[in-house]
Amino acid sequence: MSNRRYGTALSAVASLVFALLYAPLFAVAVYSFNRAEKGSVWAGFSLRWYLQIVADPEVSRRAFEVREAALNTLLLGAASTLIATILGTLLAIGIQRTPWSKRAARLLDAAIDLPVVTPDIVFATALLVAFNVLRYVSPWFNPGLPAMIIGHVTLQIAFVALIVRSRLVLIGATLSEAARDLYATSAYHFRRVTLPLLWPAIVAGGTLAFTLSLNDFVISFFTCGPGSVTLPIYVYHSQMRGLRTDLFAVSTLFVLGTIGLVLTAEQLTRWRRD
Amino acid sequence: MSGHDVWYGDLTTRRSLLTRGGLLIAGGLGWLAAFLLIPCTVLIGVAFLERDPDGGLTWTLTLESLLRLVGLGGTDGVSGANLFILLRSLALALVTTIACLFLAYPVAFFIARARRRTLWLSLIIVPLCTNLVIRTYAWKLLLSARLPPAQIASWLGWAEPGRDLIPGWPAVIVGTTTACLPFAVVPLYINVDRLDWSIVEAAMDLYASPARVFRQAILPQTLPGLSVAVLLTLVPTMGMFVITDMLGGAKHWLIGNLISHQFGPGRNIPYGAALSMVLILFTTLCTYAYRRQQRAVELL
Repeated sequence: MSNRRYGTALSAVASLVFALLYAPLFAVAVYSFNRAEKGSVWAGFSLRWYLQIVADPEVSRRAFEVREAALNTLLLGAASTLIATILGTLLAIGIQRTPWSKRAARLLDAAIDLPVVTPDIVFATALLVAFNVLRYVSPWFNPGLPAMIIGHVTLQIAFVALIVRSRLVLIGATLSEAARDLYATSAYHFRRVTLPLLWPAIVAGGTLAFTLSLNDFVISFFTCGPGSVTLPIYVYHSQMRGLRTDLFAVSTLFVLGTIGLVLTAEQLTRWRRD
Repeated sequence: MSGHDVWYGDLTTRRSLLTRGGLLIAGGLGWLAAFLLIPCTVLIGVAFLERDPDGGLTWTLTLESLLRLVGLGGTDGVSGANLFILLRSLALALVTTIACLFLAYPVAFFIARARRRTLWLSLIIVPLCTNLVIRTYAWKLLLSARLPPAQIASWLGWAEPGRDLIPGWPAVIVGTTTACLPFAVVPLYINVDRLDWSIVEAAMDLYASPARVFRQAILPQTLPGLSVAVLLTLVPTMGMFVITDMLGGAKHWLIGNLISHQFGPGRNIPYGAALSMVLILFTTLCTYAYRRQQRAVELL
């Protein structure tokens, strides 16, 4: 009886939480079909803002800007994810599969724990100061896409390492020992035992890294240049002029795109597991 | 231990293992050192430099930025304004954390009791895949005067009719809480899922009140998940600036807004560095406290 009452209470709070998480996203999706140019007055259903985005970029300035921003976002995400996944995976293997002394192990743990909790504005300001010096060494550190990639990789490495490491702990030593007993060479052992077992974690880490990159606003905001505007920065700058319906359409497409990517990645890992 | 060791079935020496491990971690660790550790150290150093009139740096050591931070000097003179912003950030972070925990605990239990747990859990995580700027922009729409939340608030007498709920503290708190909620739910759920219910049942059999069941049978068991949840909501909220920027105004500035102002239009890099230093110290302190707590839990 009382168990049931608790169940109702839990469901009530859960509904509230899911409403809080999804209501804003649904509101944006609904209002992206609003005929009015701005504001929250419903002026009838229309697809014009979506048509505007997919219009010929030569004609529509909005379409051009949105495409450029989307391309930058994807490029930034792909490049930083690739680098961070490789570095993070190697870092995790190095930490977990080496007999470090207790002190070294504790330091290494801190090295991948601290970046995970550090507020992104700390990353951004630290990088800004570093780039101000490094700019004299190479033009790569000027505000722009390369600098943004470096910033995103710095944020992502620790997350990838954390996920891969927890999988390494789970895998344990038995299968490696078996492979060695059957005279597997180091390279063969890595390719045929470690890597396949680790693969789901590497994909999961990579997916997380990619969403972190898509999610990031602060690091990009501090390190971007004129030609490297990403979608979040574009939305941020445009929203200062108020609630604009075309921006709702851009946001809706971005949200759907991100969710689609994540679900695809999840499917991929599931296939590998089967 | 200089002789041979067997490591993952491989007959090798400790030395070659350490060399191999060192090579493996060199890339990632080097990257983190070059773009996070050293820059943070430099940043802390910059906090003690002087700003030249053009917004650059001069190589003179000064405590001006730190004095300005605590309200005892610098260009603001004696004023508590900056310290007030720091305290406000801390207060908002605490309110957000508490709100998240109050909402996340029931949700964690709800998911743990549900039949399709993976589905519910992914539904919690999916909004995280959406950019914070867009989610915050969405709140800006949802909290405008004509939509139900504002109308309900004015009907209840909490807000003036016909006015947006933005800018305002309720909007900011809703923004930060919803942004952090998934980070509180996931660790708590993982913990609740492994809960030893026999202890809870025993407490109920012995006529403990619901509050006491929670305090003595559930809370101690969920302490590890709880501390992760606190760490993952408290620290990031301290550094937030997008939400206050979009859902608040100058009256709602937090450390994050102050920092971004110093590196932007304010052009006072030493002061921005000093403010970032506060965040770095706060992060390190919280992580340290978390590790001590985790170690204490392991000992139990």
